[in-house]
Amino acid sequence: MQSIIELKNVNKWFGEFQVLKDINLQVSQKEKIVICGPSGSGKSTLIRCINRLEEHQKGDIIVDGITLDANTKNIEKIRSEVGMVFQQFNLFPHLTILDNCTLAPIWVKKKTKKEAEEIATKYLEKVQIIDQAKKFPGQLSGGQQQRAAIARALCMEPNIMLFDEPTSALDPEMIKEVLDVMVDLANGGMTMCVVTHEMGFAKEVADRVIFMDEGKIVEEKPTQQFFNNPENERTKLFLSQILN
Amino acid sequence: MKILSKTLNKINIFLENNPKITIYFPQFLIILVLTIIISYFSLNASTNMAARGIETGFAFLKNKASFDIQFSLIEFDSNDSYARAYLVGLLNTLLVSGIGIFFATVIGFFVGIIRLSTNILASKVAEAYIEIFRNIPLLLQIFFWYFAVLRLLPSSENSLILFDFVFANIKGIYVPRFVWTNFNFLTYGLVVSILAIYIFRFYSKKKQDLTGVQVPTFTTSLIIFVVINLLFIIIGNVGLSLTYPVLETNRGIHNYSGGVSVIPELIALAFSLSLYTSTFIAECVRAGILGIDKGQKEAAASIGLSKSQILKLIVIPQALRIIIPPVTNQYLNLTKNSSLAAAIAYPDIVLVFAGTALMQTGKAIEIVSITMLTYLTLSISISLFMNWYNKKNSLTER
Repeated sequence: MQSIIELKNVNKWFGEFQVLKDINLQVSQKEKIVICGPSGSGKSTLIRCINRLEEHQKGDIIVDGITLDANTKNIEKIRSEVGMVFQQFNLFPHLTILDNCTLAPIWVKKKTKKEAEEIATKYLEKVQIIDQAKKFPGQLSGGQQQRAAIARALCMEPNIMLFDEPTSALDPEMIKEVLDVMVDLANGGMTMCVVTHEMGFAKEVADRVIFMDEGKIVEEKPTQQFFNNPENERTKLFLSQILN
Repeated sequence: MKILSKTLNKINIFLENNPKITIYFPQFLIILVLTIIISYFSLNASTNMAARGIETGFAFLKNKASFDIQFSLIEFDSNDSYARAYLVGLLNTLLVSGIGIFFATVIGFFVGIIRLSTNILASKVAEAYIEIFRNIPLLLQIFFWYFAVLRLLPSSENSLILFDFVFANIKGIYVPRFVWTNFNFLTYGLVVSILAIYIFRFYSKKKQDLTGVQVPTFTTSLIIFVVINLLFIIIGNVGLSLTYPVLETNRGIHNYSGGVSVIPELIALAFSLSLYTSTFIAECVRAGILGIDKGQKEAAASIGLSKSQILKLIVIPQALRIIIPPVTNQYLNLTKNSSLAAAIAYPDIVLVFAGTALMQTGKAIEIVSITMLTYLTLSISISLFMNWYNKKNSLTER
């Protein structure tokens, strides 16, 4: 299978501190990978590099055939093909849910308002908050906000979706409604990179699990093998803590 | 002892059964005390004034003022009434505050944005500007521009002449007066071009809604403005001639006449008020822009918006709502600070009315109350307007 995301020897520093050390990773079309690891291991930074919210200093990142570098034209093209969902939702508080969703289709894809609203309606229905479309983000619960944020990203009809700890800021009872939407999306054939601690979600949908520690990929295995016989000591320790 | 505790107990039970009394009684008490104090002082003042034969009332406003005002937006001479002198002072206060608010806002927004520039030189220059003008007392700055800069200008006969257009001397700055022919055509042009831009904006929004095509609104608006006004100027044969100020000598005293003159007091005051207040506005602007969560910009970038779109659609609408309330405060401060005019004898309402008029009439209570009420009205008007504007930009939550 052809890989849609390719990272070759990627290195990144924040000042003196090296967050990513020689990362090599390939993700195929329609593949779902889960990235886990302790805090500060560089997993968020890694997926933020994929849509260049962070710039890497060494190595190559190729997304959908386009190499990410200082060329801005490429970046906006990549970003409109790669959707991202954040831990803190980051909905635009001054716009209604519907306007949050139609903003990028109108301004980036130059859709008409009617077309944009049709797209938004379709995805808001998919995440089951179409009844909240006219409300502002501040009027919604955390779970509803995160589903709206997923719909906003989907409205650009991306090939790839990146999730940066999408359930970490939610109340326990709201986690499920967001995960359900993500499972649904995965079953629909979306290419997904998910940073999460939800191991249940990983077991259910992931093709591969990647474990990171101190800026390196420590273990990378198909899901079954990852949970059943991890090799690395650090992975075993992490799994034993997170699963119990 | 027993009776006392019994009564206290009874009162307690009564209060518990009537919670409204516990709420309203202290407030009632405070109002009562205030009313007594105020009535005591007013009574005292009126008996004392009556004893000394001082008349009270506002009849004096109709009397002849018999003093001159050096600078006035409306016709005024010593035969006019105190009421007209009040109006002159009020207009002068409004003039200097208006000029001050305009320039403080423009400079403030500019410096505030520069302060956030990634260019170190630019941001350091902006920082230095803010630190210098914010930390020197306003009165001192007024003195500086008035005494140290404008007072050093040459006398009328040796005026500093810039481009044969601006004549600066110790008596003020003189520029040619614009004399228009067929001026009304220019006004029509202005009105028509503004209407045209409004209609264009409406239709370009509609066009974007219907077809998704984006029209560069700013550039097109500018072109519409220039073209329509030029058309009107040509068709209406609008002409402009300048009346230059001319140096005249009258009994050995040199003076410029004709043209438009701006007195040095107004320049010094407007200048220092603008510079001083702009530093605070710059900091409000900086706080407003920094106050936008980094996640907002990242989310906007992640859906493919360009840098300028992020600024226009995400950052500015949210920053305005943080910036407006503290900037309102700065507008109020500037308006009130304009009363420092008295220090360099700029004829504002304090100098003319609460100064000269008060000295001449001795109507202290009346004049001071009128002046205070005037400032109060000004401040409340600004604040009501800004509250309305802020409400338009505020967020809906819950």
